Amino acid sequence: MFLKFESVSKAYHGIPALQGIDLDVARAEVLGLVGENGAGKSTLMKILGGVIQPDSGHVTLEGVSSNGLTIRQSQAAGIAFVHQELNLFDNLTVAANILLHREPLRGGFLRLVDEPAMARLAAPLLARLGAEFPADRSLSSLSLAERQLVEIAKALSMQARLIILDEPTSSLTATETERLLGIVRALRQDGVAVILITHRLAEVQAVADRVAVLRDGRKITELTGPQIRPDVMTRHMVGRDLAQIYRRPARPPADTLLEVDQVRTFRYPTQPITLTVRAGEIVGLAGLIGSGRSELAGTIFGLDRPLSGQIRVAGDPVPPGDPRAAMTAGVCLVPEDRKACGLIVDFSITDNFALPNLPALCRLGLVQRAKTTTLAQEQGSALDLRAAGMGQPVRSLSGGNQQKVVIGKWLARAPRVLIFDEPTRGVDVGAKGEIYGHMRRLADAGAAVLMVSSDMEEVIGVSDRVLVMHEGRIAGELTRDDLSEQSILSLAVGRGQDDLHKEKKRHIA
Amino acid sequence: MTNRKNLGLLLLILAVGATVALINPRFLAPVNLSNTANLVGLFGIFAVAQAFVIISGGIELSAGSVIALLGVLFVDLIATETLSPLVCFLAMLAMGAVIGFIHGWLVARLGLQPFVVTLCGLLIYRGLARYYTEDATAGFPFGASFPTLEWITTGRILGVPNSLTAFVVLALIMGVVLHRSAYGRYLFATGRNEEAARYSGVPTARILIAAYVISGVLTAIAAVYFAMYTRSISPSSHGNFYELYAIAAAVLGGCSLRGGEGSIVGVALGVVLLQVLQNLVNLLGIPSSLNFAVMGSVILAGVLADNHFLRRRDRP
Repeated sequence: MFLKFESVSKAYHGIPALQGIDLDVARAEVLGLVGENGAGKSTLMKILGGVIQPDSGHVTLEGVSSNGLTIRQSQAAGIAFVHQELNLFDNLTVAANILLHREPLRGGFLRLVDEPAMARLAAPLLARLGAEFPADRSLSSLSLAERQLVEIAKALSMQARLIILDEPTSSLTATETERLLGIVRALRQDGVAVILITHRLAEVQAVADRVAVLRDGRKITELTGPQIRPDVMTRHMVGRDLAQIYRRPARPPADTLLEVDQVRTFRYPTQPITLTVRAGEIVGLAGLIGSGRSELAGTIFGLDRPLSGQIRVAGDPVPPGDPRAAMTAGVCLVPEDRKACGLIVDFSITDNFALPNLPALCRLGLVQRAKTTTLAQEQGSALDLRAAGMGQPVRSLSGGNQQKVVIGKWLARAPRVLIFDEPTRGVDVGAKGEIYGHMRRLADAGAAVLMVSSDMEEVIGVSDRVLVMHEGRIAGELTRDDLSEQSILSLAVGRGQDDLHKEKKRHIA
Repeated sequence: MTNRKNLGLLLLILAVGATVALINPRFLAPVNLSNTANLVGLFGIFAVAQAFVIISGGIELSAGSVIALLGVLFVDLIATETLSPLVCFLAMLAMGAVIGFIHGWLVARLGLQPFVVTLCGLLIYRGLARYYTEDATAGFPFGASFPTLEWITTGRILGVPNSLTAFVVLALIMGVVLHRSAYGRYLFATGRNEEAARYSGVPTARILIAAYVISGVLTAIAAVYFAMYTRSISPSSHGNFYELYAIAAAVLGGCSLRGGEGSIVGVALGVVLLQVLQNLVNLLGIPSSLNFAVMGSVILAGVLADNHFLRRRDRP
């Protein structure tokens, strides 16, 4: 056995991320690692890379047991990662990337880079992977799939014996994916072990010898041989008891408020999206990361101009590509990255609340301080904001309170359409409940709420209706009656509603 | 925080001033004080101009060249005596606004780096100024006189130079714009986090362009004051390095080159400190060739001290 985890556990701030994981990887084996967002895959991989140490348990690497790895130990043992975001320099050549910090030198103390030797060292690695580009090409001229090969070649150049591929195919075309899977098989032939982390279950089925399914920080099961089937994997990935947090709307939804009509975004230029949200309704927008949800949210709010199509609020078209016009129409966005986009963290709570509302707080172009203070106090108490004072810089607040400030920025405008993008990411459990409460209150007051979320519990616990996106299109719509983790996940990974029905029939038969 | 920083700067000015006065009492002579005040006024106007651009997260390197170009144009225009001095003055303001608009547009709409845009400006306007006068010194014809204009720019009221008064008035106005108006808030927000400002509906491109236009207009006012002060302009040296004085004053006064930080009071104090230091070099008999070295050392010391305090504040 090359690598063995024994009852490995890890918690962050008391919240368990991994609980008693047992997992092993043999030489020349392809292990599939599947699970939802937040199941514990990344934590496990961070332990493997030596970036973090487990709280308890043992890691045995080539027969040597320890309480955790260091980055150095991990690298020395030949463990190499190929991440979704590649760690490459597009201002250097292919060879320079592969041999970075290990360049062959000549000229004695001059330490000149030996370019011919670089090419000699890099070329066989590229040939082994079937790459069709020379080692002296600039990385910037390569496609994403080709860059991935460079990353793998780099791993091989370090005598990697275990390569971890993290969502390697999420941006690849079908042909490129097929080729990558071929390379995985070839690596196995050469005795290299591979851990494949992916949401694309068909690929796991195609290439994995064994699959470990993680859920909520636990290893639920291991599958081998003919058991490795997408439907079996999804069944194990989901199926947890969801906390009953759902609150019914005060009254049935009224007229349609937000209409997205045949809108195409820059991310998926060939996929026109049509959806509607009614007043008094919370619509969940589920899907995998990168399925185009945030781009759609940004387009509705006017951050990006749609390539075509129209956005209407209460029947009136909203001028495209202008956040101010969207705000005038009553559209507000609580963005995904609150520190980079939602807040100016060095500003005080008061100033953050005031920023989108300044025209109403000014007389003759001058800010009326008394009004901003009143606004901040009103919003602060309405949201039950916990801060020493409204002059406190936002950076010193907890994640939950920061998110309340982002929401409070918009409340003063009496918004008609509210878009929440991952509303509770990095928010503690208590504040989560409060934020859900505010969303429901806004909807009950007649707003249309669209919530982008990758958190299953949140999607199922908060939404009145769910739309699932897959690769830029709406893959399906689910009412509360057919809302389940399994139904969402199946649509999110691109297995259509027809597949679902077929499966149901098979179960019955 | 800003107030404490400004207080520190004020104490530093008083300490340096007291030291110089002790060593050489001529520092406090009315003539010397009035001269220094005049220079504070002249340099102060375009230091405020610089502060607007620095708070926007950019930098304006072409200020010195603009002062030279608008200076020679102004002298030439007014000497023809076909246009009234007021019209000439307004024409300069318009040109300053156009230059600022071009810079702002290139930065905000095309996404070019402010350093590059204004560096090109520095070279272009200097070159144009020299070409326009064929490298000759531009000056007023013999006997030419513009009493009102001269009084406004170089006159004194009760010994206080009008350039200083003009600076104080402009600083007050711009202080209100920066610290009290909605525009000022938007500028601070855009300078510190352009993305978050955009997500709050701030028209960030327009805010940035406006910052460069304000800077251009203020620089044009400074250009006229300098032209009237020197009365003859050698286009290859007039205003050389002035942008660096302005940047130095802004940084001393608490503007961060990261943007979104700074105050008009701080910039004004920064200008005063720099002029007192200049004066110190003259009065203490330090070789004037060491001028820049003294200035650089003091700014470095100031930034180091600031950095030290910042780190103390951030420590948990």
